[in-house]
Amino acid sequence: MDNSLRSEGNQLNVQQMIEERKQKKSIGERIEKIVPWFLLLCASVSVLTTVGILFTLLRESIGFFSNVSIFEFYTGTSWSPWSGHYGVAPLIGGTLLITVIATIVAVPLGLMSAIFLSEYASDKVRRTIKPVLEVLAGIPTVVYGYFALTFITPMFQAIIPDLGIFNALSAGFVVGIMIIPMVASLSEDAMNSVPNALREGALGLGATKLEVVFKVVLPAAFSGIVASVVLAISRAIGETMIVTIAAGATPNLTMDATQSVQTMTAFIVQAATGDTTFGSTIYYSLYAVGMTLFVFTLVMNLIAQYISRKFKEDY
Amino acid sequence: MSNVTKVQKEKNEGTAVPKVNKKETKKAENSVINVNDLNLWYGSNQALYEISMDIPEERVTAIIGPSGCGKSTFLKTLNRMVEMVPIVKTSGSINYRGNDIFSNKYKKEYLRTKVGMVFQKPNPFPKSVYDNVAYGPRVHGIKKKEVLDQIVEKSLKDAAIWDEVKDRLHENAYGLSGGQQQRVCIARALAVEPDVILMDEPTSALDPISTAKVEELVQELKEKYSIVIVTHNMQQAARISDKTAFFLSGELIEFAETDDLFQNPQDKRTEDYITGRFG
Repeated sequence: MDNSLRSEGNQLNVQQMIEERKQKKSIGERIEKIVPWFLLLCASVSVLTTVGILFTLLRESIGFFSNVSIFEFYTGTSWSPWSGHYGVAPLIGGTLLITVIATIVAVPLGLMSAIFLSEYASDKVRRTIKPVLEVLAGIPTVVYGYFALTFITPMFQAIIPDLGIFNALSAGFVVGIMIIPMVASLSEDAMNSVPNALREGALGLGATKLEVVFKVVLPAAFSGIVASVVLAISRAIGETMIVTIAAGATPNLTMDATQSVQTMTAFIVQAATGDTTFGSTIYYSLYAVGMTLFVFTLVMNLIAQYISRKFKEDY
Repeated sequence: MSNVTKVQKEKNEGTAVPKVNKKETKKAENSVINVNDLNLWYGSNQALYEISMDIPEERVTAIIGPSGCGKSTFLKTLNRMVEMVPIVKTSGSINYRGNDIFSNKYKKEYLRTKVGMVFQKPNPFPKSVYDNVAYGPRVHGIKKKEVLDQIVEKSLKDAAIWDEVKDRLHENAYGLSGGQQQRVCIARALAVEPDVILMDEPTSALDPISTAKVEELVQELKEKYSIVIVTHNMQQAARISDKTAFFLSGELIEFAETDDLFQNPQDKRTEDYITGRFG
């Protein structure tokens, strides 16, 4: 084959040039073979890291559960490790309270922004607003935390005089603000990918713009929207800085948002930055709490994936 | 003059020939949409120039012309769908049964229930066949299940697809073939009982058999509806339409009885186009 091609390529010489280059290409061929392995190596770094973290979490958690029974850990309602109470419920409760408040703030606002951007905004407006919205996602969370403590809390105190300096309400509220861009941006992507033909179809039947949005676009983008919400919730669960600064450090099993609560993440910060002795039960409890947190976010991510696959509309 | 149907049609156009089918004569008299001096711009690009034509009632009007001649734009102007592009400007007037469709008093949503549309690519909603057809009636406030059931069945029957889908009404319309989807879309348009149906190259994405079915359906539908169909297929225009309009570069070059237009074009450009000299 090589010979025939070469003889045919006489007039143009391109084939000949390719052939000549092919002779020299042994190094190139080796690179060709090595590169995929190199790429695989890069890809496996993150996988291996995850596996490593998971392994450490598990091993240290097992160490913890040899001191404190797993039953006590998950059913106890008092968390005061310095006096030997290891019931994780107040931390989980604190995390959930913050997450619920954040979700209540972020989902309506994020979704409405997404609808506006995708369905109503002109190209020019969209091109201005979307980057601004995405800047919100780039603000360091410690700034958000400070903002919650020094701006939002005093503001809420004007309305709710009993509100403490540290409270779940402003922390949850600001976590909500932080995840709005995530909900808005991902939902907007989902709505944008609904083909225009569907909108035309509905408009052509005499539907109003609002009817098109709520009866065609939102149902068609449902899976993407739900996935964005679940991912945002998972982000809220894992949020650390804002709650550490603004929600306080009082493990408190309560649904009262005006009180100070401690989340799982905030406890980890507290214990990891404090004078916790290496090898102590408190030290190991970090891993048990971390493990619990990991399971929470993992489950949320799996739900997000499941929903986006299950309700995927084919258009 | 050699063609028999053409002779008949000519007679129909003429005032009083008692022998011909009365219905045809009546049809020829009434128009459902009157377009006067319509100009349309996309931003600063003018896409339509001084279009004036009357769309006849209960007949099939075909619009032909090369790509980019403005035929789809014109069609979409008839139910104001063209305004989905925000930079569109128009001048001139379009009257639907005496109502100025550009008037603020005449709601475009209402217009679109009267002047329905079938699109180039089948665009069923990602819902069941039933929900697709029931969408229009539901949007306009019909909620009773028995009523919807009747509407859905009647529309699907009118769109000649009932037998193919009656056992899978509650399956996603995306599971149907392209041709079936397009007929479901036609059923969806019929479900709001429009007066006029605009079809924008409805068969261009379909295989020949599905195309034949849709063409046959168009013939049945003109008993009850006035149909305007844009097509890039001249044979199709000749097969299914009663009147044909030829558009070129945003202008209406010629508008005549289909047989006249194809056999005896009055304009040199029409002749060039239909004989395949360009386009």
